Amino acid sequence: MTEHKGVWVFVEQNDKEISRVSLELLGKGKELAGKLETKLSGILLGNEVKGLANEVIAYGADKVYLAEHKELEHYRTLPYARIISELIKKEKPEIVIYGATTTGRDLAPRVAARIEAGLTADCTGLEIEDYEDNKGNKYEKTLLQKRPAFGGNIFATIVSPDHKPHMATVRPGVMDMLPKDTNRTGEIVTVEPNIEEGDLAMIIQEITRQKKSVNLADAKIIVSGGRGVGSPEGFKIIKELADYLGGEVGASRATVDSGWIDYSHQVGQTGQTVKPDLYVACGISGAIQHMAGMKGSKKIIAINKDPEAPIFKIADYGMVGDLFQVIPKLIEELKKV
Amino acid sequence: MELVVLIKQVPDPEKNAGMKEDGTLNREESKNIVNPYDMNALEEALKLKDQYGGKVTVISMGLPKAEQALREALAIGADDAILLTDRKLGASDTLATAYALSQAIKKLGNYDLVFCGMQAIDGDTAQVGPQVAERLGIPQLTYAEKVEVKDKDLIVKRVVEGGYEITKSSYPALITVTNTANEPRLGTMLSIKKAHKIEIKHWDAAYIEADEKKIGKEGSPTKVKKIERPEQKGQGIMFQGKLEEIIPKFFEQIKKDKINLKGGA
Repeated sequence: MTEHKGVWVFVEQNDKEISRVSLELLGKGKELAGKLETKLSGILLGNEVKGLANEVIAYGADKVYLAEHKELEHYRTLPYARIISELIKKEKPEIVIYGATTTGRDLAPRVAARIEAGLTADCTGLEIEDYEDNKGNKYEKTLLQKRPAFGGNIFATIVSPDHKPHMATVRPGVMDMLPKDTNRTGEIVTVEPNIEEGDLAMIIQEITRQKKSVNLADAKIIVSGGRGVGSPEGFKIIKELADYLGGEVGASRATVDSGWIDYSHQVGQTGQTVKPDLYVACGISGAIQHMAGMKGSKKIIAINKDPEAPIFKIADYGMVGDLFQVIPKLIEELKKV
Repeated sequence: MELVVLIKQVPDPEKNAGMKEDGTLNREESKNIVNPYDMNALEEALKLKDQYGGKVTVISMGLPKAEQALREALAIGADDAILLTDRKLGASDTLATAYALSQAIKKLGNYDLVFCGMQAIDGDTAQVGPQVAERLGIPQLTYAEKVEVKDKDLIVKRVVEGGYEITKSSYPALITVTNTANEPRLGTMLSIKKAHKIEIKHWDAAYIEADEKKIGKEGSPTKVKKIERPEQKGQGIMFQGKLEEIIPKFFEQIKKDKINLKGGA
């Protein structure tokens, strides 16, 4: 087991653009590699994606394993799982992490079952610490994987001390990416893709992706609406305040499920995890799954009619009142300043 | 078509009995429901049965009381139910669970499609589906919103990051179903009556010829180190009362705290 060495990040790319969570994981991966005194590698698969390898290095990788093939143009489970599983068996990394996107959550369990490794889903924290199990077995510098369960009601810390590599998917928006450093240098290792005919059992006939109109991940200010907004029209005033503050519009799951606003605005466990400088929660009672996605915000202002609303427990400033009365007053006052 | 649906009994999030000291769930004490996404999976299977005929078999792994979940599936229209239950299967993580379920499916013999919910609402891992597919050596179509069978082709609309994709594959295959795929049906008088007569089969680890090293605690690479409740930060400053009074107070306070609303905090 001691032969396992190195931290790997699966670098997800769609249409030759590296997904943001992969860059975040390179940042975290570098920190973990530092603690383990080892190297960070990115695993990059695709068709003609060599140009992205330098970007992977610029965001923290020491090495990039690059597999290119026309059948790897778009992510598909079987060819990707084969290449990555074989690479893991050959190179024996100690840790492999994936973004908890639809792709990462499709790929990682398939790989884990193939190589019979432990896998922890949807982590929000990764640390290297010594670990002692209840039988007194000691493990030096093992990976502690923290994840929410029961809709964020509890957090579990998971270890897989007897199996390597340790594998985890990590929720987007939780880890911090490093600033891009184009002066960094690294090694690019070309991997000859071994794809078998059976791996091509599934073909993609059509892909439709909407360009993201909302960027909650990078927003410094987010004004979010919850059930208290009452209707699709109710979001107008949320947008007005967001525009006035120069922020983005967020939403609770209840409003998205009711069809009042598009899913791309959803903040929370099943939506986007955010950590802006300022989060204004309007008419949001504070379901645990919503709070799990926004409590990392630097300052939180909550506006709610119900003084008992759980959101007030995590707010820095709580205003008890009807958002349709409070927000216009806030805007009026802001105009004076 | 021979259709298999994997269902999980989960604690009702409204009536959660919490954790035992060893960090595992207190499943004995909890009120339980069928994982809601699994009902969407069952619905997809039933729709295919309506269209092409055949048989829907539901399989669950759990304590004997998970029979209740299988009963529910039978009442809605499943034809056969298998409960995988054995002390040796206790404390299995996703890898070990997926192994046991795949052994049960192999024991069943012929199948065209295996359905699961996209994830279970207790663990939220979404891992067992793909891991069963790997153990069975069949393609997986996760996050399926629409499923069609046309001759030898399986057409699935999958939800992916920022949009969706339409895929064509061969089958047997495993499909995990989203909650936006359908509105699960309710049982009819006829299906409920029929369900009463169906005997739920109990299978144990020996019956499915499970390698004991691959199930339960021993077959589970991941261990729970600790469980904790999320910390809550202290309550902030509350502004309550007449609007014309609290607005100035609020602005006074944030000025004092040097917060510039327009520039973020």
